[in-house]
Amino acid sequence: MAGRPEVTERDGSAPRLQAHDLECVRGERSLFHGLALELAAGQCLHVAGENGAGKTSLLRILAGLLAPEQGGVRWRGVPIERAREEYGAELAFVGHLNGIKDDLSVLENVQLAAALRGGDAGADAARAALRTMALEDFAGSLARQLSQGQKRRVALTRLCADPAPALWILDEPFNALDAASVLALRALIDAHLERGGIVVLTAHQQIELPAAARRLALVAAVEP
Amino acid sequence: MSGALWAVLRRDLLLALRQRGDVVNVLLFFFVVVTMVPLGVGPERTVLRMIGAGTVWVAALLASILSLPRMFAQDHADGSLEQLLLSGQPATVVVIGKILAHWLVTGAPITLAAVPIALMFDLDAGSTRTLAAALALGTPALSLLGAIGAALTLGLRGAGVLVTLLVLPLTVPVLIFGAGAVDAVAGGLSPAADLLLLGALSLGSAALAPWAIAAALRISLE
Repeated sequence: MAGRPEVTERDGSAPRLQAHDLECVRGERSLFHGLALELAAGQCLHVAGENGAGKTSLLRILAGLLAPEQGGVRWRGVPIERAREEYGAELAFVGHLNGIKDDLSVLENVQLAAALRGGDAGADAARAALRTMALEDFAGSLARQLSQGQKRRVALTRLCADPAPALWILDEPFNALDAASVLALRALIDAHLERGGIVVLTAHQQIELPAAARRLALVAAVEP
Repeated sequence: MSGALWAVLRRDLLLALRQRGDVVNVLLFFFVVVTMVPLGVGPERTVLRMIGAGTVWVAALLASILSLPRMFAQDHADGSLEQLLLSGQPATVVVIGKILAHWLVTGAPITLAAVPIALMFDLDAGSTRTLAAALALGTPALSLLGAIGAALTLGLRGAGVLVTLLVLPLTVPVLIFGAGAVDAVAGGLSPAADLLLLGALSLGSAALAPWAIAAALRISLE
Protein backbone atom coordinates (compact mmCIF):
# COMPACT_ATOMS: atom_id res chain seq x y z
CA MET A 1 0.00 0.00 0.00
CA ALA A 2 3.02 2.29 -0.36
CA GLY A 3 2.39 5.59 -2.04
CA ARG A 4 -1.10 5.95 -0.63
CA PRO A 5 -1.73 9.51 0.43
CA GLU A 6 -2.20 10.32 4.06
CA VAL A 7 -5.78 10.48 5.21
CA THR A 8 -6.43 14.10 4.41
CA GLU A 9 -7.35 16.75 6.85
CA ARG A 10 -10.59 18.46 5.92
CA ASP A 11 -11.57 21.94 7.05
CA GLY A 12 -8.41 21.90 9.14
CA SER A 13 -9.86 19.19 11.39
CA ALA A 14 -8.13 15.86 11.87
CA PRO A 15 -10.29 12.75 11.61
CA ARG A 16 -11.90 12.15 14.94
CA LEU A 17 -14.78 9.91 15.94
CA GLN A 18 -16.59 10.77 19.13
CA ALA A 19 -19.60 9.25 20.79
CA HIS A 20 -21.14 10.40 24.01
CA ASP A 21 -23.71 8.98 26.40
CA LEU A 22 -24.83 6.28 23.95
CA GLU A 23 -27.75 4.15 24.95
CA CYS A 24 -28.98 1.28 22.81
CA VAL A 25 -32.30 -0.45 23.40
CA ARG A 26 -33.28 -3.49 21.38
CA GLY A 27 -36.78 -4.68 22.04
CA GLU A 28 -37.29 -4.36 25.78
CA ARG A 29 -33.64 -4.75 26.68
CA SER A 30 -31.16 -1.96 27.20
CA LEU A 31 -27.91 -3.28 25.73
CA PHE A 32 -25.69 -0.51 27.03
CA HIS A 33 -26.02 3.03 28.28
CA GLY A 34 -23.77 5.90 29.14
CA LEU A 35 -21.19 4.67 26.64
CA ALA A 36 -18.68 7.24 25.48
CA LEU A 37 -15.68 6.85 23.23
CA GLU A 38 -13.24 8.97 21.29
CA LEU A 39 -10.91 7.87 18.55
CA ALA A 40 -8.30 10.07 16.92
CA ALA A 41 -6.21 9.58 13.78
CA GLY A 42 -4.26 6.32 13.75
CA GLN A 43 -6.30 4.65 16.50
CA CYS A 44 -7.99 1.30 16.41
CA LEU A 45 -10.85 0.15 18.63
CA HIS A 46 -11.55 -3.52 19.14
CA VAL A 47 -15.09 -4.01 20.42
CA ALA A 48 -15.25 -7.27 22.34
CA GLY A 49 -18.00 -9.01 24.21
CA GLU A 50 -20.13 -12.11 24.25
CA ASN A 51 -23.03 -12.82 21.89
CA GLY A 52 -25.86 -10.39 22.40
CA ALA A 53 -23.74 -7.84 24.24
CA GLY A 54 -24.46 -5.23 21.58
CA LYS A 55 -21.29 -5.22 19.49
CA THR A 56 -23.09 -5.11 16.17
CA SER A 57 -25.60 -2.58 17.47
CA LEU A 58 -22.76 -0.31 18.60
CA LEU A 59 -21.08 -0.56 15.20
CA ARG A 60 -24.35 0.19 13.42
CA ILE A 61 -24.90 3.19 15.66
CA LEU A 62 -21.41 4.45 14.88
CA ALA A 63 -22.08 3.98 11.16
CA GLY A 64 -25.34 5.89 11.41
CA LEU A 65 -27.52 2.93 10.44
CA LEU A 66 -29.14 2.69 13.84
CA ALA A 67 -30.37 5.62 15.86
CA PRO A 68 -29.27 5.40 19.49
CA GLU A 69 -31.94 5.73 22.15
CA GLN A 70 -29.85 8.48 23.66
CA GLY A 71 -26.63 10.29 22.96
CA GLY A 72 -24.99 10.88 19.61
CA VAL A 73 -22.01 10.27 17.38
CA ARG A 74 -19.80 13.00 15.99
CA TRP A 75 -17.38 12.85 13.10
CA ARG A 76 -14.83 15.67 12.91
CA GLY A 77 -16.95 17.38 15.55
CA VAL A 78 -20.19 17.32 13.52
CA PRO A 79 -23.14 15.11 14.51
CA ILE A 80 -23.27 12.40 11.83
CA GLU A 81 -27.01 12.70 11.21
CA ARG A 82 -26.44 16.32 10.19
CA ALA A 83 -23.78 15.50 7.61
CA ARG A 84 -24.75 12.06 6.33
CA GLU A 85 -23.27 12.48 2.86
CA GLU A 86 -19.94 13.85 4.06
CA TYR A 87 -19.72 11.12 6.68
CA GLY A 88 -20.65 8.37 4.22
CA ALA A 89 -17.99 9.55 1.79
CA GLU A 90 -15.32 9.02 4.46
CA LEU A 91 -16.71 5.77 5.84
CA ALA A 92 -16.12 2.18 4.79
CA PHE A 93 -18.60 -0.13 6.49
CA VAL A 94 -18.42 -3.90 6.22
CA GLY A 95 -21.26 -5.45 8.17
CA HIS A 96 -22.53 -8.97 8.67
CA LEU A 97 -24.02 -8.84 5.18
CA ASN A 98 -21.51 -8.46 2.42
CA GLY A 99 -23.60 -6.03 0.40
CA ILE A 100 -22.56 -7.43 -2.96
CA LYS A 101 -24.93 -8.43 -5.74
CA ASP A 102 -24.95 -12.12 -6.62
CA ASP A 103 -26.01 -11.45 -10.19
CA LEU A 104 -23.16 -9.09 -10.97
CA SER A 105 -19.62 -10.15 -11.68
CA VAL A 106 -16.93 -9.48 -9.11
CA LEU A 107 -15.47 -6.72 -11.28
CA GLU A 108 -18.89 -5.12 -11.82
CA ASN A 109 -19.53 -5.17 -8.08
CA VAL A 110 -16.29 -3.34 -7.37
CA GLN A 111 -16.74 -0.89 -10.23
CA LEU A 112 -20.30 -0.03 -9.24
CA ALA A 113 -19.26 0.55 -5.64
CA ALA A 114 -16.53 2.89 -6.88
CA ALA A 115 -18.89 4.72 -9.24
CA LEU A 116 -21.37 5.22 -6.43
CA ARG A 117 -18.70 6.76 -4.22
CA GLY A 118 -17.76 9.09 -7.05
CA GLY A 119 -14.32 7.52 -7.31
CA ASP A 120 -12.45 6.02 -10.24
CA ALA A 121 -14.88 3.45 -11.69
CA GLY A 122 -12.48 2.27 -14.37
CA ALA A 123 -11.58 -1.39 -14.77
CA ASP A 124 -7.92 -0.74 -13.87
CA ALA A 125 -8.70 0.78 -10.50
CA ALA A 126 -11.14 -2.05 -9.77
CA ARG A 127 -8.56 -4.68 -10.71
CA ALA A 128 -6.01 -3.03 -8.44
CA ALA A 129 -8.49 -3.28 -5.57
CA LEU A 130 -9.15 -6.93 -6.41
CA ARG A 131 -5.42 -7.66 -6.39
CA THR A 132 -5.06 -6.55 -2.76
CA MET A 133 -7.59 -9.22 -1.83
CA ALA A 134 -6.09 -11.81 -4.23
CA LEU A 135 -9.27 -11.90 -6.30
CA GLU A 136 -7.96 -10.89 -9.72
CA ASP A 137 -8.53 -14.39 -11.12
CA PHE A 138 -12.23 -14.16 -10.26
CA ALA A 139 -12.86 -10.72 -11.78
CA GLY A 140 -15.19 -12.12 -14.44
CA SER A 141 -17.07 -14.63 -12.27
CA LEU A 142 -20.56 -13.92 -11.04
CA ALA A 143 -20.50 -13.25 -7.32
CA ARG A 144 -23.01 -16.09 -6.75
CA GLN A 145 -20.36 -18.57 -7.88
CA LEU A 146 -17.93 -17.54 -5.13
CA SER A 147 -17.47 -19.17 -1.75
CA GLN A 148 -18.42 -17.36 1.47
CA GLY A 149 -14.81 -16.38 2.11
CA GLN A 150 -14.36 -15.06 -1.40
CA LYS A 151 -17.54 -13.01 -1.14
CA ARG A 152 -16.23 -11.57 2.10
CA ARG A 153 -13.05 -10.58 0.29
CA VAL A 154 -15.08 -8.84 -2.42
CA ALA A 155 -16.83 -6.85 0.32
CA LEU A 156 -13.45 -6.00 1.84
CA THR A 157 -12.22 -4.47 -1.43
CA ARG A 158 -14.30 -1.46 -0.37
CA LEU A 159 -11.42 -0.68 2.02
CA CYS A 160 -9.18 -0.10 -0.99
CA ALA A 161 -11.50 2.53 -2.48
CA ASP A 162 -9.91 5.61 -3.89
CA PRO A 163 -10.03 8.17 -2.30
CA ALA A 164 -9.40 6.06 0.79
CA PRO A 165 -12.18 6.30 3.38
CA ALA A 166 -10.74 7.60 6.66
CA LEU A 167 -12.95 5.55 8.99
CA TRP A 168 -13.35 1.80 8.73
CA ILE A 169 -16.13 0.12 10.66
CA LEU A 170 -15.74 -3.64 10.32
CA ASP A 171 -18.13 -6.13 11.88
CA GLU A 172 -16.42 -9.52 12.11
CA PRO A 173 -14.27 -8.82 9.05
CA PHE A 174 -12.19 -11.97 9.57
CA ASN A 175 -15.22 -14.26 9.35
CA ALA A 176 -14.87 -16.98 6.71
CA LEU A 177 -11.43 -15.71 5.64
CA ASP A 178 -8.56 -18.15 5.07
CA ALA A 179 -5.19 -17.65 6.76
CA ALA A 180 -3.62 -15.76 3.85
CA SER A 181 -6.57 -13.38 3.63
CA VAL A 182 -6.49 -12.77 7.37
CA LEU A 183 -2.86 -11.67 7.02
CA ALA A 184 -3.69 -9.50 4.00
CA LEU A 185 -6.50 -7.78 5.92
CA ARG A 186 -4.22 -7.33 8.94
CA ALA A 187 -1.69 -5.64 6.67
CA LEU A 188 -4.38 -3.37 5.22
CA ILE A 189 -5.50 -2.37 8.72
CA ASP A 190 -1.93 -1.66 9.82
CA ALA A 191 -1.25 0.44 6.74
CA HIS A 192 -4.51 2.31 7.26
CA LEU A 193 -3.66 3.13 10.88
CA GLU A 194 -0.20 4.25 9.83
CA ARG A 195 -1.75 6.62 7.28
CA GLY A 196 -3.75 8.21 10.09
CA GLY A 197 -6.98 6.34 9.53
CA ILE A 198 -9.35 5.08 12.21
CA VAL A 199 -10.58 1.49 12.56
CA VAL A 200 -13.41 0.13 14.69
CA LEU A 201 -13.82 -3.63 14.51
CA THR A 202 -15.19 -6.68 16.21
CA ALA A 203 -13.47 -10.05 15.95
CA HIS A 204 -14.42 -13.31 17.56
CA GLN A 205 -11.44 -15.33 16.48
CA GLN A 206 -8.15 -15.10 18.28
CA ILE A 207 -6.60 -12.69 15.86
CA GLU A 208 -3.53 -10.73 16.68
CA LEU A 209 -4.70 -7.15 16.39
CA PRO A 210 -2.48 -4.10 16.07
CA ALA A 211 -0.60 -3.58 19.29
CA ALA A 212 -2.04 -0.10 19.63
CA ALA A 213 -5.61 -1.36 19.40
CA ARG A 214 -7.70 -0.33 22.33
CA ARG A 215 -10.21 -2.82 23.61
CA LEU A 216 -13.79 -2.03 24.55
CA ALA A 217 -15.46 -4.89 26.31
CA LEU A 218 -19.25 -4.90 26.26
CA VAL A 219 -20.91 -6.98 28.93
CA ALA A 220 -24.24 -8.58 28.23
CA ALA A 221 -26.95 -6.80 30.15
CA VAL A 222 -28.40 -8.82 32.99
CA GLU A 223 -32.14 -8.66 33.42
CA PRO A 224 -32.90 -6.69 36.58
CA MET B 1 -24.56 13.65 -7.81
CA SER B 2 -25.77 12.92 -11.34
CA GLY B 3 -22.93 10.41 -11.46
CA ALA B 4 -24.50 8.58 -8.53
CA LEU B 5 -27.94 8.67 -10.19
CA TRP B 6 -26.43 7.18 -13.32
CA ALA B 7 -24.55 4.54 -11.30
CA VAL B 8 -27.69 3.40 -9.47
CA LEU B 9 -29.73 3.39 -12.68
CA ARG B 10 -27.08 1.39 -14.51
CA ARG B 11 -26.78 -1.04 -11.62
CA ASP B 12 -30.51 -1.71 -11.40
CA LEU B 13 -30.96 -2.04 -15.16
CA LEU B 14 -28.04 -4.45 -15.31
CA LEU B 15 -29.60 -6.49 -12.50
CA ALA B 16 -32.96 -6.45 -14.28
CA LEU B 17 -31.21 -7.75 -17.38
CA ARG B 18 -29.55 -10.55 -15.40
CA GLN B 19 -32.85 -11.43 -13.70
CA ARG B 20 -34.95 -10.88 -16.79
CA GLY B 21 -37.27 -13.76 -15.84
CA ASP B 22 -38.72 -11.60 -13.06
CA VAL B 23 -39.24 -8.68 -15.40
CA VAL B 24 -40.80 -10.73 -18.17
CA ASN B 25 -43.15 -12.42 -15.68
CA VAL B 26 -44.58 -9.06 -14.66
CA LEU B 27 -45.30 -8.17 -18.28
CA LEU B 28 -46.82 -11.59 -18.90
CA PHE B 29 -49.01 -11.08 -15.85
CA PHE B 30 -50.21 -7.76 -17.29
CA PHE B 31 -50.95 -9.40 -20.61
CA VAL B 32 -52.78 -12.38 -19.10
CA VAL B 33 -54.97 -10.26 -16.82
CA VAL B 34 -56.00 -8.04 -19.71
CA THR B 35 -56.76 -11.05 -21.89
CA MET B 36 -58.91 -12.71 -19.23
CA VAL B 37 -61.41 -9.85 -19.06
CA PRO B 38 -62.83 -10.15 -22.62
CA LEU B 39 -63.10 -13.88 -22.05
CA GLY B 40 -65.14 -13.19 -18.94
CA VAL B 41 -67.47 -10.44 -20.17
CA GLY B 42 -68.02 -11.81 -23.67
CA PRO B 43 -67.25 -10.46 -27.13
CA GLU B 44 -69.84 -7.65 -27.26
CA ARG B 45 -67.95 -4.78 -28.94
CA THR B 46 -69.68 -1.87 -27.26
CA VAL B 47 -69.06 -3.42 -23.84
CA LEU B 48 -65.39 -4.08 -24.63
CA ARG B 49 -64.91 -0.52 -25.89
CA MET B 50 -66.46 0.79 -22.70
CA ILE B 51 -64.33 -1.25 -20.28
CA GLY B 52 -61.10 -1.34 -22.32
CA ALA B 53 -59.26 1.59 -20.77
CA GLY B 54 -60.33 0.73 -17.24
CA THR B 55 -59.19 -2.86 -17.63
CA VAL B 56 -55.79 -1.87 -18.96
CA TRP B 57 -55.33 0.55 -16.08
CA VAL B 58 -56.31 -1.95 -13.40
CA ALA B 59 -53.98 -4.55 -14.92
CA ALA B 60 -51.15 -1.99 -15.12
CA LEU B 61 -51.73 -1.14 -11.48
CA LEU B 62 -51.61 -4.78 -10.39
CA ALA B 63 -48.55 -5.53 -12.52
CA SER B 64 -46.76 -2.51 -11.10
CA ILE B 65 -47.53 -3.62 -7.53
CA LEU B 66 -46.47 -7.18 -8.31
CA SER B 67 -43.03 -5.90 -9.30
CA LEU B 68 -42.54 -3.77 -6.18
CA PRO B 69 -40.71 -6.38 -4.07
CA ARG B 70 -37.90 -6.22 -6.64
CA MET B 71 -37.29 -2.58 -5.84
CA PHE B 72 -35.77 -2.75 -2.34
CA ALA B 73 -36.30 -6.22 -0.83
CA GLN B 74 -33.36 -7.97 -2.51
CA ASP B 75 -31.02 -5.07 -1.74
CA HIS B 76 -32.22 -5.18 1.85
CA ALA B 77 -31.63 -8.91 2.17
CA ASP B 78 -28.08 -8.93 0.80
CA GLY B 79 -26.93 -5.77 2.58
CA SER B 80 -26.41 -3.65 -0.51
CA LEU B 81 -29.17 -1.29 0.60
CA GLU B 82 -27.15 -0.22 3.64
CA GLN B 83 -24.13 0.22 1.37
CA LEU B 84 -26.20 2.40 -0.98
CA LEU B 85 -27.30 4.58 1.93
CA LEU B 86 -23.76 4.80 3.32
CA SER B 87 -22.18 5.59 -0.03
CA GLY B 88 -21.93 9.29 0.66
CA GLN B 89 -24.61 10.10 -1.89
CA PRO B 90 -27.91 11.73 -0.95
CA ALA B 91 -30.41 8.96 -0.21
CA THR B 92 -32.98 10.75 -2.36
CA VAL B 93 -30.71 10.49 -5.41
CA VAL B 94 -30.25 6.76 -4.83
CA VAL B 95 -34.02 6.37 -4.46
CA ILE B 96 -34.76 8.36 -7.62
CA GLY B 97 -32.32 6.17 -9.56
CA LYS B 98 -34.01 3.01 -8.34
CA ILE B 99 -37.50 4.30 -9.16
CA LEU B 100 -36.40 5.39 -12.62
CA ALA B 101 -35.02 1.90 -13.23
CA HIS B 102 -38.26 0.36 -11.95
CA TRP B 103 -40.33 2.51 -14.31
CA LEU B 104 -38.11 1.67 -17.26
CA VAL B 105 -38.61 -2.08 -16.75
CA THR B 106 -42.34 -1.99 -15.83
CA GLY B 107 -44.15 1.28 -16.62
CA ALA B 108 -42.47 1.88 -19.97
CA PRO B 109 -43.02 -1.62 -21.44
CA ILE B 110 -46.61 -1.64 -20.14
CA THR B 111 -47.23 1.65 -21.94
CA LEU B 112 -45.90 0.16 -25.18
CA ALA B 113 -47.81 -3.10 -24.72
CA ALA B 114 -51.06 -1.16 -24.25
CA VAL B 115 -51.10 -0.22 -27.95
CA PRO B 116 -51.61 -3.75 -29.34
CA ILE B 117 -53.85 -4.58 -26.37
CA ALA B 118 -56.12 -1.66 -27.26
CA LEU B 119 -56.93 -3.55 -30.48
CA MET B 120 -58.34 -6.40 -28.42
CA PHE B 121 -60.88 -3.97 -26.96
CA ASP B 122 -61.68 -2.45 -30.33
CA LEU B 123 -60.50 1.00 -29.26
CA ASP B 124 -60.21 3.49 -32.14
CA ALA B 125 -56.95 5.25 -33.01
CA GLY B 126 -57.76 8.34 -30.98
CA SER B 127 -58.59 6.38 -27.85
CA THR B 128 -55.48 4.21 -28.25
CA ARG B 129 -53.25 7.27 -28.51
CA THR B 130 -54.86 8.77 -25.44
CA LEU B 131 -54.53 5.52 -23.51
CA ALA B 132 -50.81 5.32 -24.31
CA ALA B 133 -50.31 8.98 -23.40
CA ALA B 134 -52.23 8.50 -20.14
CA LEU B 135 -50.14 5.44 -19.25
CA ALA B 136 -46.90 7.25 -20.07
CA LEU B 137 -47.94 10.14 -17.80
CA GLY B 138 -49.50 8.05 -15.04
CA THR B 139 -47.26 5.00 -14.61
CA PRO B 140 -44.40 7.08 -13.09
CA ALA B 141 -46.81 7.94 -10.28
CA LEU B 142 -47.49 4.21 -9.81
CA SER B 143 -43.75 3.51 -9.45
CA LEU B 144 -43.29 6.44 -7.06
CA LEU B 145 -46.29 5.67 -4.83
CA GLY B 146 -45.47 1.97 -4.93
CA ALA B 147 -41.93 2.67 -3.80
CA ILE B 148 -43.27 4.34 -0.65
CA GLY B 149 -45.21 1.18 0.17
CA ALA B 150 -42.26 -1.06 -0.69
CA ALA B 151 -39.94 0.95 1.56
CA LEU B 152 -42.41 1.01 4.45
CA THR B 153 -43.03 -2.75 4.39
CA LEU B 154 -39.39 -3.72 3.94
CA GLY B 155 -38.41 -6.73 5.99
CA LEU B 156 -41.93 -7.31 7.33
CA ARG B 157 -43.67 -10.65 7.30
CA GLY B 158 -46.48 -10.74 4.73
CA ALA B 159 -45.08 -7.66 3.05
CA GLY B 160 -46.62 -8.61 -0.30
CA VAL B 161 -50.24 -8.33 0.84
CA LEU B 162 -49.53 -5.36 3.07
CA VAL B 163 -47.93 -3.37 0.28
CA THR B 164 -50.96 -4.01 -1.92
CA LEU B 165 -53.33 -2.77 0.78
CA LEU B 166 -51.15 0.30 1.37
CA VAL B 167 -50.56 1.30 -2.21
CA LEU B 168 -53.85 0.52 -4.00
CA PRO B 169 -55.89 3.23 -2.24
CA LEU B 170 -53.17 5.78 -2.97
CA THR B 171 -53.34 5.04 -6.68
CA VAL B 172 -57.11 5.61 -7.00
CA PRO B 173 -56.72 9.13 -8.50
CA VAL B 174 -54.30 7.80 -11.12
CA LEU B 175 -56.80 5.11 -12.05
CA ILE B 176 -59.73 7.57 -12.25
CA PHE B 177 -57.99 10.16 -14.42
CA GLY B 178 -56.23 7.52 -16.50
CA ALA B 179 -59.45 5.81 -17.48
CA GLY B 180 -61.24 9.17 -17.61
CA ALA B 181 -58.93 10.47 -20.33
CA VAL B 182 -59.94 7.66 -22.68
CA ASP B 183 -63.63 8.03 -21.77
CA ALA B 184 -63.41 11.72 -22.63
CA VAL B 185 -62.07 10.96 -26.11
CA ALA B 186 -64.74 8.31 -26.65
CA GLY B 187 -67.37 10.87 -25.66
CA GLY B 188 -65.99 13.43 -28.10
CA LEU B 189 -64.40 15.63 -25.45
CA SER B 190 -60.81 16.75 -25.00
CA PRO B 191 -58.70 14.49 -22.72
CA ALA B 192 -56.42 17.42 -21.88
CA ALA B 193 -57.77 17.96 -18.36
CA ASP B 194 -57.32 14.30 -17.37
CA LEU B 195 -53.86 14.07 -18.93
CA LEU B 196 -52.73 17.27 -17.23
CA LEU B 197 -53.96 15.96 -13.90
CA LEU B 198 -52.10 12.68 -14.46
CA GLY B 199 -48.92 14.60 -15.21
CA ALA B 200 -49.49 16.69 -12.11
CA LEU B 201 -49.92 13.54 -9.99
CA SER B 202 -46.65 12.12 -11.31
CA LEU B 203 -44.75 15.37 -10.84
CA GLY B 204 -46.23 15.91 -7.40
CA SER B 205 -45.25 12.45 -6.23
CA ALA B 206 -41.82 12.83 -7.85
CA ALA B 207 -41.30 15.95 -5.76
CA LEU B 208 -42.42 14.46 -2.46
CA ALA B 209 -42.05 10.67 -2.58
CA PRO B 210 -38.20 10.41 -2.62
CA TRP B 211 -37.95 12.08 0.79
CA ALA B 212 -40.63 9.86 2.28
CA ILE B 213 -38.96 6.77 0.77
CA ALA B 214 -35.51 7.71 2.02
CA ALA B 215 -36.90 8.18 5.54
CA ALA B 216 -38.78 4.88 5.35
CA LEU B 217 -35.65 3.05 4.20
CA ARG B 218 -33.63 4.42 7.11
CA ILE B 219 -36.29 3.23 9.55
CA SER B 220 -36.46 -0.23 8.02
CA LEU B 221 -32.67 -0.64 8.28
CA GLU B 222 -32.73 -0.19 12.05
